[in-house]
Amino acid sequence: MAKKTALKVEHVGMRFNLNAEKVDNLKEYFIKFVKRQLNYQEFWALKDVSFEVKKGEHLGIIGLNGAGKSTLLKVIAGVLKPTEGTVKTNGKIVPLLELGAGFDKQYTGAENIYLYGALLGYSKEFIDEKYDEIVEFSELGEFINVPIKNYSSGMRARLGFSIATVVQPEILILDEVLSVGDAQFKKKSEKKIHSMFANGVTVLFVSHSLEQVKRLCDKAILLEHGRVIAKGDVEDVAAIYTAKLDKKKRERKRANRRIRAELKKQAEDAKQRNKE
Amino acid sequence: MKKYIANFMKYKYLMTELVKKDIKLKYRRSKLGILWTLVEPLLTMIVLTVVFSSIREKSDPTFPVYILTGRLLYSFFSSGTKAASKSIRSNSGMMRKVYIPKYMYPLAAVVSNFITFLISLIVLVGVSLYLRIDVTVHVLEAIYPLVILFLMTLGVGMLLATLEVFFRDLEYLWGVVLMLVMYCCAIFYPASMLSGNKQIILDINPLYALIKNFRNAVLYGVAPDFGALLYAGIFAAVSIIVGVVVFYKKQDEFILNV
Repeated sequence: MAKKTALKVEHVGMRFNLNAEKVDNLKEYFIKFVKRQLNYQEFWALKDVSFEVKKGEHLGIIGLNGAGKSTLLKVIAGVLKPTEGTVKTNGKIVPLLELGAGFDKQYTGAENIYLYGALLGYSKEFIDEKYDEIVEFSELGEFINVPIKNYSSGMRARLGFSIATVVQPEILILDEVLSVGDAQFKKKSEKKIHSMFANGVTVLFVSHSLEQVKRLCDKAILLEHGRVIAKGDVEDVAAIYTAKLDKKKRERKRANRRIRAELKKQAEDAKQRNKE
Repeated sequence: MKKYIANFMKYKYLMTELVKKDIKLKYRRSKLGILWTLVEPLLTMIVLTVVFSSIREKSDPTFPVYILTGRLLYSFFSSGTKAASKSIRSNSGMMRKVYIPKYMYPLAAVVSNFITFLISLIVLVGVSLYLRIDVTVHVLEAIYPLVILFLMTLGVGMLLATLEVFFRDLEYLWGVVLMLVMYCCAIFYPASMLSGNKQIILDINPLYALIKNFRNAVLYGVAPDFGALLYAGIFAAVSIIVGVVVFYKKQDEFILNV
């Protein structure tokens, strides 16, 4: 069974320069340059990350905070250019990351549909055609002609979701956005995403919730400090992750116990001293 | 090259949306709206005419047109380069989330300013008719300085956009440079006022070369000064090449610095 590859990530590394102090004016830069103090601390957010996603597969990306999940998604979406390695995608990517980030606050909802649509690469004809559908799905009604700056965050997210999901993408990137708006809209958006799943879309899903990942994905990769430490079937990877979490929890418990004992000891010492 | 053009065509609609946004939002919530593109240069022209007519020995009825031509070209260069240099920073939110070619931002900024500039040329037509300036066939040659001006603004704008990501100070520094350029453009004083070797200030200023040719075309109705045109054209070409090369070399670092 040779399925087509939808996404191929090869040896991707992403380096950030952490300068101890930010130099952003000429005078400082010049002084530092002359003194040769322009040294940076390197930080690899991703290192040698390779994996492949076949068409129609659902890949979960799991890892602790700061493991490099968001950076990886940004590299795949093309927003960040990797320091080394390559990302090959096959088909239209729709990133459902921080919905409505391309909105202009002074623009009305209607104008933003065209602006955001253009940003996502839609044509004018396509937006004209889908305009009513977008407005209807977002449930904004009369508010569509009000500047976005007067929207609630829920309204904004609803509009963003409606615009982004009006196409049938080949690759869908989800970053824990299944919780948009109120309970009723949440249900609706989940239904929409599930209908996309039914159409055989390739999914990249990032979440802290193992339950969600297990429910939605069949494959998974586990990131730690920017490296892939496990990949394969979602159940296997989840098991490794759980084991790691448990180990961490145990360590933390042990540390807590030690701290508590130490505090108790100090308190007793203090009491002793007070008596004397 | 073909690849770049194909890519641009793909984002053509986004380009028009970005330009539209710039123009629409510029005057939104002001009562006169887009009319300000006409009223503002007209008022400035009147103020400058009143102030600077008094220091001239003999009165010249076409002086308002002289001022207006210089002032319009200068203010496009000034607002265009300023908008382009800020474009990367002011769109950083967008840039962080969605991939689009980054040159779109400064290009949209310059194009939208160019369109408002073209609209404001209506004032020039109106004032010229009112003051009965003779229109000759040379008026068509105004196209040369305008095209060169657009390219020059884009080139300088892209260079500034790149540099400003790394050095914010440039925003203020550029404001001062622009003021210097303004005084070296013979906008509100006759070029002949600078005598002898001071004339070189105007000769080396590519923006003045364009203003001079624009005046030749629309005010004096004489043939272009090809030497000055060529000089400005070379300057524009160099600034485009430098601007584009620097922009392309550094564009992947923008997102880490904005």
